[in-house]
Amino acid sequence: MDPIDLLNILRDSLWVCLVTDALLWLLFAAFVLALVVILRSPLQRQVWRQVFQQRLAVVSAVILAVAASFALLDSIHFRQPLPALTDDPGAAESTQVRYAVEVNSVLDLLLRGLRSDYEKTYSAPLAVNLSALEPVTITLPDGDVEVRRESPRLKVAGQAFPPGPVSASVYWTDVATRIALGTVGGLVSFGILAFIGLALHRWRRLVTPSPYSHPVARRWTLITLGLIFVLVGVMTSLSNNFHVFGTDKVGQDVLYQVLKSLRTALVIGLVPTLVTLPIGVVLGLAAGYFRGKVDDVIQYVYTTVSAIPGVLLIAAAVLSIQVMLDNHPEWFATAVERGDVRLLALCIILGMTSWTGIARLLRGESLKMREYEYVQAARAFGVSAGRILLRHILPNVFPIILITMVMEFSTLVLAEAVLSYIGIGVDPTMFSFGLMINNARMELSREPVVWWTLTAAFIFMVVLVLAANILADAVRDALDPRSERPS
Amino acid sequence: MLRYFLRRLFYAVPILIGVNLITFALFFMVNSPDDMARMQLGVKRVTPEAIQQWKAARGYDKPLFINDAAAGVQQVTDTIFFDKSMRLFAGEFGRSEDGREISQEIRQRMGPSLAIALPTFLIGLGLTISLALMLVLFRGTWLDRTGVVICVGLMSISSLFFIIGGQFVFARVLKLVPISGYESNPWTAWHFLILPVAVSIVASIGGSTRWYRTIFLEEIGRDYVRTARAKGLSDARVLFGHVLRNGLIPILTGVVVVIPSLFLGSLLVESFFGIPGLGSYTIDAIAAQDFAVVRAMVFLGSVLYLVGLILTDLSYTLVDPRIRLK
Repeated sequence: MDPIDLLNILRDSLWVCLVTDALLWLLFAAFVLALVVILRSPLQRQVWRQVFQQRLAVVSAVILAVAASFALLDSIHFRQPLPALTDDPGAAESTQVRYAVEVNSVLDLLLRGLRSDYEKTYSAPLAVNLSALEPVTITLPDGDVEVRRESPRLKVAGQAFPPGPVSASVYWTDVATRIALGTVGGLVSFGILAFIGLALHRWRRLVTPSPYSHPVARRWTLITLGLIFVLVGVMTSLSNNFHVFGTDKVGQDVLYQVLKSLRTALVIGLVPTLVTLPIGVVLGLAAGYFRGKVDDVIQYVYTTVSAIPGVLLIAAAVLSIQVMLDNHPEWFATAVERGDVRLLALCIILGMTSWTGIARLLRGESLKMREYEYVQAARAFGVSAGRILLRHILPNVFPIILITMVMEFSTLVLAEAVLSYIGIGVDPTMFSFGLMINNARMELSREPVVWWTLTAAFIFMVVLVLAANILADAVRDALDPRSERPS
Repeated sequence: MLRYFLRRLFYAVPILIGVNLITFALFFMVNSPDDMARMQLGVKRVTPEAIQQWKAARGYDKPLFINDAAAGVQQVTDTIFFDKSMRLFAGEFGRSEDGREISQEIRQRMGPSLAIALPTFLIGLGLTISLALMLVLFRGTWLDRTGVVICVGLMSISSLFFIIGGQFVFARVLKLVPISGYESNPWTAWHFLILPVAVSIVASIGGSTRWYRTIFLEEIGRDYVRTARAKGLSDARVLFGHVLRNGLIPILTGVVVVIPSLFLGSLLVESFFGIPGLGSYTIDAIAAQDFAVVRAMVFLGSVLYLVGLILTDLSYTLVDPRIRLK
């Protein structure tokens, strides 16, 4: 679509800032800030260079960055204006613009082709015919009318072909042309961007060497990005005539669903840390540093919380919140806002149940650190406890905090799938991997087998979680000097 | 030893009361019983009388903490908090939405849960330790590296995919085992159990193998291993005679805490494979918003976790002679 069109729509619309939008952008800002800090400190640069010397870590980081950019694009929401009612005589004078109840994001606009039209029901990836049989009336050459059960052509996909059955050669020529065009398009746009990027990089390097100045990092960033660009190009060009991952039961494009699920996965993986960190760090450090009564109370609290089976605590909390939301429909203007509040509640609940691990870890660390000479010296100088914790202990446990958070990400993304399956996850009106799996779990027993929804969710989820796990390992190896390395 | 044991039991009481307060707050203070009644009755049948009736039938019409209408001890005992939370200590779980005795149900469903959880636990533990030892034996070679990569890969796959995929391949396509179901006779139920057990083991093997490998590698860096090598012991002798035995200390103490919780079964596996255990009971209760059952399971889960903690401490003294409980 036209960039001008896009800007026009954005200008006229009513902007909606969902809470998780704000939090996601806040996290992004924090990430950029951290990047600046890292680039400025020579020591940190050294540490991170070690991370990005590993090929797999670089590839993972790039994949996560691409997923994050999809999620961020999906986190700018707005309501498009409705056309003015002409039969209303007052409408001409009043400047009051009415907005649609449907909340869209920038990603929705970019994917408008995928989103706008639904097929009737299931259709396989790249198919031109429906996956189900339907009665079709056919007029035979001798004038008779016969009703056959066959799979009709799709409404949206395969428009480039003339009506009627599509011959294999025509079909495959079309697919091959589109793949070739997509590859070329992807490579060209990648080439332009890479040229700009490398030029910028060269200019920037004159000022300060970045962790990315390592040749391995640069080469693999380019390779991964190039592959992703080609992939996006191929998918875009195929999407003009096909459903790349097929359609689901209600005929919705599966590719659209998995791309929308990325945001939910990232929100679930990142936002709970905003709850976990303050509670876990403050309580953990305080328990270890002050010992005695404070320690007893904090230990009591976290033993109590961790004694409750996690799933049940989450279930109890989600059920309670669900009852509350159901009894107050007047709180929300749109279904998206309602779903968003439920998502936020789920994140808070996940955060409240997962802070015990880091608190226990940090309690041990600060118990140990309070006996170190520099801490004792600070105490002897009369430095206040709060200041010691903030200036002398917190910076030294920072690697542990970071490692725990990165490792928590994949756990949370996987947990979302399970929770949504049980029915205590995200709102059913949203898109998420868990909901996709939940909706698709009976599809494998259909005839013919509907495998594409699960496969698409599987591929996207595994790539996301695997990238996070690999990056977490690399970060742990670089940041935690005590962690093992194969001898 | 006995005094330590008793003291730990005594410590568990305030924690359980805390657990009860948390669940009580979630169930009765975030939402009033009226809200729950409206939820359960559905939109059509909500009338003030119906809500009153629903509450009265379940004992939710009493005050939360203190009953002013009653006299003496009854002021405290004739309340929702005492009725619904404190009675759990006596094992009185009350009745579920469909009117069945929850404690009766729990007793019946423990068996099927254990039939899945126990083999999973034992076979999984043995398999994981062997795999981890193998990786450590071949440390630094391509076998170790691929092993770790496979572990990380397995960790990155949601257990839902293992279950759905396992059911599809082995039950639907190959038709080796039934898709789901259960028999109470343990000698004929094995063909219902083999797939769920296998799937649960595969789903958890990646993470634990990698963890145990780390533990063993940590042990290998210790001084006593160097001494053993210096004595001229073979690599295998060092590994099985010294590293395995010492590495088992953190492993065993780490797994002891989950042993009591095996009774609770696995939520996902049981509901997918139609095993009538406590896991599927919990899932059904969550789906039906049966708060009484969820409350009972929260309490049971906490009790079993605390028992696990005490057993962990005891197991330390058994496997590590350096530790004495006081």
